[in-house]
Amino acid sequence: MKKEVKPLLSLVILAAAVGMCIFGAVNGEMREVFMKAARICMECIGLG
Amino acid sequence: MAKRFRKIVQAGWGILTNAYVRGFLPGGPAIYEGVLKHFCVPGMNCYSCPGAVFACPIGALQAAFSGKHRKFPFYVLGYLTAVGVLAGRFICGWLCLFGLIQELLYKIPTPKIHLPKTPDRPLRKLKYLVLLVLVVGLPLFYRNRLGVGDPFFCKYLCPVGTLEGGIPLVLLNEALRPSLSWLFGWKMAVLVLCIAASIFIYRPFCKYICPLGAFYSLFQRISIVRMRVDQAACIGCGTCEKVCPMSVSPVKNPNSAECIRCTECVKACPAHALSFGIGGEGLKLKNNKGIQGK
Repeated sequence: MKKEVKPLLSLVILAAAVGMCIFGAVNGEMREVFMKAARICMECIGLG
Repeated sequence: MAKRFRKIVQAGWGILTNAYVRGFLPGGPAIYEGVLKHFCVPGMNCYSCPGAVFACPIGALQAAFSGKHRKFPFYVLGYLTAVGVLAGRFICGWLCLFGLIQELLYKIPTPKIHLPKTPDRPLRKLKYLVLLVLVVGLPLFYRNRLGVGDPFFCKYLCPVGTLEGGIPLVLLNEALRPSLSWLFGWKMAVLVLCIAASIFIYRPFCKYICPLGAFYSLFQRISIVRMRVDQAACIGCGTCEKVCPMSVSPVKNPNSAECIRCTECVKACPAHALSFGIGGEGLKLKNNKGIQGK
């Protein structure tokens, strides 16, 4: 039986992840995701 | 009903996240170009699918790594980490359209293959290699003359892009057909192999290849929504292990990296020793075997 992990660790990582997400969004990374996702990705579909 | 409930959620999610009907109509825009494409879905879903209304997290991650200016992808990686810590591979079991497609293919009545441990266990490590090499390493370090990398996983391996994006786009848009090359043939071969394997093996892409499943599996042991086993209530009958489609032993390791939280074991446990929910508390489904836990 594997040892249970304390929930505090999960919450700390969750908070850090949310922080990263916000930091990235503020720095324009959402726009970069949009630029890629709103055009047909030729490589993704096997044409590029 | 509980078994059907997961299928309904999977199908509903698949429809909801691919609800751009105009993409499938002749003469309309090939894909959705609206504001929702700023956000990623938690599961595998090609953003070049004519119906896709969100971005693919693995595609977005590779795009960030392969860009001309190497930048740490805070937004996508933060998002994936948050999803992983919240739910782990629950996403694989409940919110992945390609997972559902594989499950439906497995329902085709044929003899099924359960790989013995020797090839199965090492093969399951393959998805971590795919994540490290094709999603991170090569897009980050292998550059063309212009200094731009390739999305190696999407380009050479991902069958989701071929099925959800490539085939419908080529069928719906005549202008794309002259662009067909050996690459499309290769990706079709990968897709056919994946489909054929799914008829005989339960979710082979998820078990052996999927880099997103590999990423979420890193958080299984610490995820907030999790499995829990009440060792005092367990009668050691082994039913949970027998019903697990991912060949996990929920009693020995309820939050195994391979568990997709389909909750088949929770439903099958005659002693109600397994539960699933926030911190492992929550869902404790009744079954017909009638043995009660403490």
